[in-house]
This record gives sequence, structure tokens and C-alpha cells, in this order.
Amino acid sequence: MKSTEARAALLFLSPAIVLLSVFFFAPVIAGFALSITDFDLYSIGDIHNLRFIALRNYGDLLGNPIFWTAFANTLYFALVGGPLTVAVSLVAALLVNAKLTRWKALFRTIYFAPVVTTLVAVSVVFKYLYHPRFGIINLALGALHLPQPDWLGDPHWAMPAIILLGVWKGFGYTMIIFIAGLQNVPEELYEAARLDGAGMWRQFRHVTLPMLGPTFLFVGVVVAIGQLQIFAEPYVMTKGGPLNKTLTMVMMMYEQGFKFWRMGYAAAVAFVLFLIIGAATLVQMRLREKQ
Amino acid sequence: MRGSWHVHRSLSSFAVRWRLRMTLTLALLVLLSCSSQTSDHRERLEFWALGSEGEAVASFIPEFERRNPDIHVVVQQIPWSAAHEKLVTAFVGEAMPDISQMGNTWMPEFVALNALDDLGPFVAASPVVKQADYFPGIWATNVAGSTLYGIPWYVDTRVLFYRSDVLAAVGFPHGPRTWAEWREAMQRIHDQKKCRWAILLPTNEYEPITMLALSNHSTLLTPDGTRGAFSQPPFAGAFAFYVDIFHKGWAPAVSNSEIANLYQQFAQGDFAMYITGPWNVGEFRKRLPPEMQDKWATAPLPASDASEPMGISMAGGGSLVVFRASQHKAAARKLIDFLSEPAQQVRFYELVGDLPARRTAWQSPLLANDKHFPAFRAQLERVAPIPKVPEWEQIATAIYDRGEAAARGTVPPAAALRQLDARADELLEKRRWMLAQARSRNAAVAQSRGGASR
Repeated sequence: MKSTEARAALLFLSPAIVLLSVFFFAPVIAGFALSITDFDLYSIGDIHNLRFIALRNYGDLLGNPIFWTAFANTLYFALVGGPLTVAVSLVAALLVNAKLTRWKALFRTIYFAPVVTTLVAVSVVFKYLYHPRFGIINLALGALHLPQPDWLGDPHWAMPAIILLGVWKGFGYTMIIFIAGLQNVPEELYEAARLDGAGMWRQFRHVTLPMLGPTFLFVGVVVAIGQLQIFAEPYVMTKGGPLNKTLTMVMMMYEQGFKFWRMGYAAAVAFVLFLIIGAATLVQMRLREKQ
Repeated sequence: MRGSWHVHRSLSSFAVRWRLRMTLTLALLVLLSCSSQTSDHRERLEFWALGSEGEAVASFIPEFERRNPDIHVVVQQIPWSAAHEKLVTAFVGEAMPDISQMGNTWMPEFVALNALDDLGPFVAASPVVKQADYFPGIWATNVAGSTLYGIPWYVDTRVLFYRSDVLAAVGFPHGPRTWAEWREAMQRIHDQKKCRWAILLPTNEYEPITMLALSNHSTLLTPDGTRGAFSQPPFAGAFAFYVDIFHKGWAPAVSNSEIANLYQQFAQGDFAMYITGPWNVGEFRKRLPPEMQDKWATAPLPASDASEPMGISMAGGGSLVVFRASQHKAAARKLIDFLSEPAQQVRFYELVGDLPARRTAWQSPLLANDKHFPAFRAQLERVAPIPKVPEWEQIATAIYDRGEAAARGTVPPAAALRQLDARADELLEKRRWMLAQARSRNAAVAQSRGGASR
């Protein structure tokens, strides 16, 4: 009896198990296996030039200043761009969801539109917007007699410029999730709060925010993962420059893997990024549990 | 029983006939579609050409096909930014073209992949490609060990661009000829405040340091390409010269991206000298204001030692290579012959502005009577290849990185050179291992042969 039950359970679980193994465990294990070899250009030419080198790629990585630059840039992008995306999308969600707002569907569509655009095409468009002389942003700044930075060429401005694109491109998606979360907040809670004399701010602070808790967790995890994997924007707009100021971890992985053909080393970068994303997700879940 | 048999048979014979008809029709269709694809029976030669060269070379093909009616060249134009990845991916996927243009700094990688065909026998038999007509430094970039893997198509090197009015005012109207003169010129420009800075050496370029080192007869790496030779006197001397330029305040420690408009700044006297390549001749002519046009000139790099005519610059440019896997090597070699003819080289210069690889082509009045290109012509006789190891690009990154640290004074030069050697040694570890493997294999082979003969 027990064994038939177990067999049935296994049968029902098998699709999920197969999918997970093929699309998750196998690639992760293969990636790790690659990262403990020195697979490179010479190995492509002749497989006998492949060596098992244990954790040396990881050691080299931690000793490589470029890795730390990429790490810092990725954190910069995630820690500034992530919260900014969440804040902007929350504000947009509140505005779109407000009772006074008319044409809700229209605004929702407009704000969501950037999400469905093609990242590479948009990056090219933003490259023009950011052009130091002919870009519309600097033309506007010039008209207001404000300084006109060379957005993508200046080491100090390149990352903020890319963050701006990232936020513009991504906030619509999280906004939709927030709207769904907001619509799940029971109206009675607001009525009760109003009866207790709470103003707009206190309603937001003590009703809306706590009720959005699970939404925040989901949004936080999704945004963090997306932000830590940033690649296409700097790849199209700056190629990691100027002075490596927009070189991110995925960019570095790509460069090592497909420019220098150090596949083993690139796999090590990928694995470190995997661990970082895993850690970031865990931290967020712990924080939520405490609340 | 009989009737049913009959019916069955007629049915089956109908089926057979129907099937036959279908098969014939299909076969005819296949034949038709095939013949429409290969209506010309010419040999199909796939040629990958990059960037603007790829655009221009298409106009050379009709003449080649007219002369070789049995060859059809398919030019695949690939943007420079994607070319390197595409070539390596094509190699891994066994989808290589027959012949390709290749930046000569990429050659070592494709040699390591064992992807390129030995062109030595071709040159020995070629009526067109004569090694003596090529610049030795450029030719050398195409040779690995003693095997020739590419034929130079066009060349590229860097020389000194300078403000002739400023240099004349400090006593060097023809530009500095030696490092001593160079230093003196920079000192005077600085002291007399002729320009804001004497020279621009962008700190995110490895080329200036490398050219100074080549001029000072450094090999950059040890001759077998397994360790850095950066702490050795030739490189250390050049590095000291480089760092000193920044410490004396003759050059600003800025990167390329911090120079908003190079041409404007050169014209308004921000700096008097700049080391750059042939592509900037056209840009300087186009972008400098008209009144500046007779106030700039080019000169070969200064020599580190007064006994030499000039310094040594880097051998750059593009070559034509044939892939080992190609089934059309004879046709590919015909195309190389054609594109290597001096007349085609001159035409290529007219179309793209690429400098010809052959001395004969340089006799064209277009180049010989030019104001700015003769300096390149002179320099091309003294160019040297950068070390031919696939790891070079990463080592180059370390060179400018440590160069910048020393120029800014954050690391003493000697320490920077030690770090540079350490980084190069780390990157070249695999090469050392492979050489050791090859050596022990050879030793084993020799030993077993010795045993057999005994």
C-alpha cells in the first residue's frame, strides 16, 4: 500500500522532476563542472589542452581587480536602480489605482509599454537621446542653461544614464504587480482607518504598505535578480566603458567567455553571480519573515 | 475469391502507379529546384570581409569574376564589432568561409585553433605575391613559428602628428627625431607655455607605451612568449620615459573618453603632439579649421638612440587568410593574388583609404606626393609585430592599467613593472604548461625512437 502510494506520488511528481533536472540542475552542475576546468581557446583547438584545475578560477577571480570593479558596478546598478524602480513603480501604481484617476486602462498601457519594447532597439534610441551635442536631453538642459554632461562618455555619468534607462524600461512590470496588490487591499481597512482619523499619509503608511508586504517580497526578488543580471544596456550603449565604469558582472562573463574564450573562467563568474543572486533572495525572504 | 484477388491487384497496381507518379513529380521538382539554385556551374567561393573593407571589396569582384569565369565569389560583409566572435563561433560550428579578411592581431588565436592554412607553398608559386615587396615588420605578423598564415592586404601603423607651428617655434620644425630632442621639445613647449600640454597620451591606450618599448628594442614578452619581459631594461627604460612625461606635467593623465573633442582641442592648442594612425589623416583634414590646415604635420616616431633613423612603431593592418577546412583553396589563392596586385591595392586605397601593403603600390603619385602619408611610408619600414600570443589583448589591458597607475603616481614605476610581469606570467601559465607538455612528448618520442634503433 505504502509503496503504491509512493509510486503514484513519484509518477505525479515526475514531470516537475524531469523539467527541473533538465532545465535547472543539469545546467547548474554543468556550469560548475566547466568552472573547475581551464577550458579556453587552446582547448577548443585541441581538447587535450583541457585541465582540471579545481577552484583556481575562483581564486584568480577574487584576485582580479577587474572582477571587483564589475562587482561594485553591478551592486551600484542594483542598489540604486532596484529601489528606484520599486519606488517609481509604486508611485505609478498608486496614481493609476487612485479613485480620482480617469482612463485607468490608458495610463496602465502607457506605463507598461516600455516593458514590451525591445531592449536593444531602446538602448540604441537612448544612445541618441544621450548624445552630448545632438541628444534631446542635452538640448533641453542647454535651453535651461544647465550643464550638459557627456552622458555615456563621462565616467561619472555613464552608470546613472544606464540606470535611468533600466528604470524606464522596467518599472511598468512591477507597477502592474503593485496594482494587483493594491486591489487586494480590502476597502474596509481604509474606512476603519479614516474613522480613526488617519490622513492620506497615515493610511498609506499603516494600511497600504503592510498589506503590500508579500507583493514587496515578490517585487524585490524579481527586481533584484533582473538588476544583478544587467547586460544588454551597457553592452549596446557603452561596451562597459568609459574606464570600465559600466562593466557589469554579466558583461565581464561575456567578455571572458566570448571575447577571450576563457570559458572555464567565465563559468566561474557565472557561478559567483548565481551565488550572489541566491544570497540576495535569501536575505530578502529572511527580512520578510522577521516582519 | 478470384474476383477479390483481381480487385486487390488492380487496386495495388493503381497504388503503385500513383506512387510512382508522385515520386517522379517530386524528383522532377527537386531537380528543378536544384538546377535553379546552381544554374551557374561556377565554383562558389565564400569570402568574409569586415567593415568598410567589406563594403568596398564588393566592387572588385566583377573584375575578378570576369578574369576567372569559373569562380563565383560570395562576399559576406561583417561589421568589425561582431567579426571576431563570428569567426571563432564559425570555427566551432564548422561553418567557416573559404577565405577571410583578418585583423593581424587576431592571427595568433586562429593559429592556436589550428584553423588557418599554410600559405608558404602558395607564395613560393605565386606570380603576384612577392615577399620582397612587402614591409618586413608587417609580413612578420603573419608568420607563426616558421609558417606563413596570411598575406598582408592593407597596413596600419602609428606615427607622430604634431602642430608644426608650435614645434617650429621651439626649434624643431620637422618634429623631434630622437628621444632627447623629443624631451627637449616637450620641456620648451611646457616652459614657454606654447600649448597647455606638450603631448596627448591617452591613459587608456596601451599603444603609446608599447611603441616606446618597441623603439627601445623591448620584446615585451620573453622570445618564446611564456613570460613578461617588462622589468627588463629595454621596457623599463621606455616605461620611465613614459611616466616621466606625466610627472613633468608635459601630458595630462586623461583617458580617451575624457577628451571631448580631440580635433578642436588640437586646433586650439591644448596639446601639440599626438601619436595616432592613418585614419586620423582624413579626420584632421576634415575637422581641423581651414586656417589650421598648414599648421600640422606627421613624422615617424622619434628614435630612442641617435644612431637610428627613427623609432619603431606597431605593425597593424589586415591580412587575407585561407581556412584549413576550405574545399576551394586554389580559387581562394587566385582571389588573394588578384587583391594583392599593386593596381588593386592603389584602387583599394582610393576607395577605403587603407594604406597599401606593397611598396610598389606606394609609388602611386596619390600616396607619394601626399603631404602626410610619406611619414607613414617611412615608418612602415620600421614596424614590429606585437607578441604573437592569443593572450596579448588581456596583457595589453594590464599594460595601460599599470601605466596609468604609474603615470598618476599611485604606484612607483618599478612596482608597476613587477605587477605587470606577474599579471603576464599568470595569463601565460597555460602556454608554459602546453610548451612543457609538447617538450616532454617530443622527449618521449625521441627516447622511444632511440630505443627502437638500439
